[in-house]
Amino acid sequence: MEKSRKQIPKSPTGIQGLDEITGGGLPKGRPTLICGSAGCGKTLLAMEFLVRGATQFNEPGVFMAFEETVKDLTKNVASLGFDLKDLVARKKIVLDFVYLEPSEIKESGEYDLEGLFIRLGHAIDSIGAKRVVLDTIESLFTSLPNQLILRAELRRLFRWLKDKGVTTIITGERGESTLTRQGLEEYVSDCVIVLDHRVNDQISSRRLRVVKYRGSTHGTNEYPFLIDEDGISVLPVTSLGLQQIASTARISSGIPRLDAMLGGAGFYKGSAVLVSGTAGTGKTSVAVLFAVAACQRGERALYFAFEESPSQIIRNMRSIGIDLEPWVQKGLLQFQANRPTFAGLEMHVMTISKAVKTFKPQVVLFDPLTSFIIGDNQNEVKMMVMRILDLMKIYKCTTLFTSLILGSTSVEQGQLHIASLIDTWLLLDDIEIGGERNRCIYILKSRGMAHTNQIREFLLTDHGVELRDVYIGPSGVLTGSARLVQEAQEKAVQTLREQEVESRQLELERKRTVLEAQIAALRAEFAVQEIASIKIIGQEQAQEAQLAQERTDMGLSRKADATSNKQKGDAK
Amino acid sequence: MKANPTQPASPEARPAIAKSVTYILRLYVAGKTPNSIAAITNLKKICNEHLAGRYQLQVVDLLENPQLARGDQILAIPTLVRKLPLPVRKIIGDLSNTERVLVGLDLRNKT
Repeated sequence: MEKSRKQIPKSPTGIQGLDEITGGGLPKGRPTLICGSAGCGKTLLAMEFLVRGATQFNEPGVFMAFEETVKDLTKNVASLGFDLKDLVARKKIVLDFVYLEPSEIKESGEYDLEGLFIRLGHAIDSIGAKRVVLDTIESLFTSLPNQLILRAELRRLFRWLKDKGVTTIITGERGESTLTRQGLEEYVSDCVIVLDHRVNDQISSRRLRVVKYRGSTHGTNEYPFLIDEDGISVLPVTSLGLQQIASTARISSGIPRLDAMLGGAGFYKGSAVLVSGTAGTGKTSVAVLFAVAACQRGERALYFAFEESPSQIIRNMRSIGIDLEPWVQKGLLQFQANRPTFAGLEMHVMTISKAVKTFKPQVVLFDPLTSFIIGDNQNEVKMMVMRILDLMKIYKCTTLFTSLILGSTSVEQGQLHIASLIDTWLLLDDIEIGGERNRCIYILKSRGMAHTNQIREFLLTDHGVELRDVYIGPSGVLTGSARLVQEAQEKAVQTLREQEVESRQLELERKRTVLEAQIAALRAEFAVQEIASIKIIGQEQAQEAQLAQERTDMGLSRKADATSNKQKGDAK
Repeated sequence: MKANPTQPASPEARPAIAKSVTYILRLYVAGKTPNSIAAITNLKKICNEHLAGRYQLQVVDLLENPQLARGDQILAIPTLVRKLPLPVRKIIGDLSNTERVLVGLDLRNKT
């Protein structure tokens, strides 16, 4: 209860991202100082605050311009889609141009700025304004002679604005050593926002920082912001806590054999995939196949091309038998081709964010990421990748980056130190053997899934991509013709071996047949002998029996004692 | 000394008084602050001494007519505006420095 009371009431700006950084907007009913160098977007920020207040939050506002005429101002912000004329007519906004020509002003004696108070007070009361912008009140210092009076009056003005309860933005030009030239930060102590406009390697980037916010927590980083046709958008660098729920669903990479290498099921949905390789190793082909696989599932794929035009990609992919045209026509595949130098990194993140928001793809491809590296902006690029990945996690897109490895850099150097942000990292490489360069692919890492540690040969054929086992032998990994030769040799040896085995089998068979024949002959012979033997045995027995009979008969004829006869006969 | 009192009515309604240059002056004040009162007093004195018979003075109280501040780009109070002769001149302050007022109104050489 106590804690929630401590948080001061806030006035939402309606500016994308700024309300997140400030935790809800500018301090309600208090003055906020926005300072920065010329052309950094102070006036625009203030104007957007006012317009959004009038249109979205029902808080009319007064814009007191000290530098631009009402006409110029209206014209300038019309390019951002703000129709000031209409808002003024509907009494939502009052524009007041305060102009003092130093040459026509003389000072004589004591004065105060009551005229400004009355003017502002009248403007506020005429539409019941809740918001006020003073842009740039510092220019009074060049028009009015007595600085002491001016300072005292400004102090009184800010107090008066606070008493009126209007949320005020005061803009100020950046000074040499102070935030503003005239030290306005002394008077405005509630909230100070600094805008900055930097040019690195000819590419400009705008940044915003909340220096001070009394009575509230706020993001303290420098946040990049953009001015485009929709006004200002501030991009919190890493607004996303690592809270996203990881999906366990898997999606195909578009190359069946690669899916098999990745634990049989492909990438995790919503994961970040990096395909890196040296020039001409087929990174774009892998990316395109992944996109096509998504289209075949009926999902949408968004392809950010940074080096090739869409028609170039479509033409080139035909050469490996992939026709992208139908998917583009069906609206499932969308190309966004931009040169990296076309805008600053922030602008790219913004355009990417916008494209993703409107197209709602399931798969997003960046080809190639490395073209963003110009000079030594690796850190900025890493931050950009981080923000892109945050964005993709929010929209639950599976992201595939390709990255070019220069011949001279090692694998790790070529990766912008983004390896830690990547879930699945595929490496395409050249293997040079026997006067050939052949492509191969392997998985450097893939979080949360079993994956093969083997190298596969990567073939670009006229009907797509094929992955082949490479030959691993005593002489190392063989690819291409060397592999084919090796395979042929192996085949020859195998054929020979097969033939030998066959002939041995035949020989064996022959021997068996011979032996079996012999066995049969012997058996037959034996059978004959057996019969003969049995016959002889029979005859012998018959003879024996006859002899015995004859002897008995003889004994009977001699009337001899049967037994003695027998004995006599036996003795014989 | 009080030949020309303040003229709250529109000065344009009156025809030019003399062939010589007529000064049309407008003094912006805000209520009865010391600065405002001093400015009115000082201005009248100066006008009577240097512009007798050839000036029109209008005193505008912005507390009563705040919308009028916009037209003459009034910020400082008090502000004296010389509408005619052209170019428009503005003198801010309580007009206590007569010398500066005279320079500001291009009257310095004519005295």
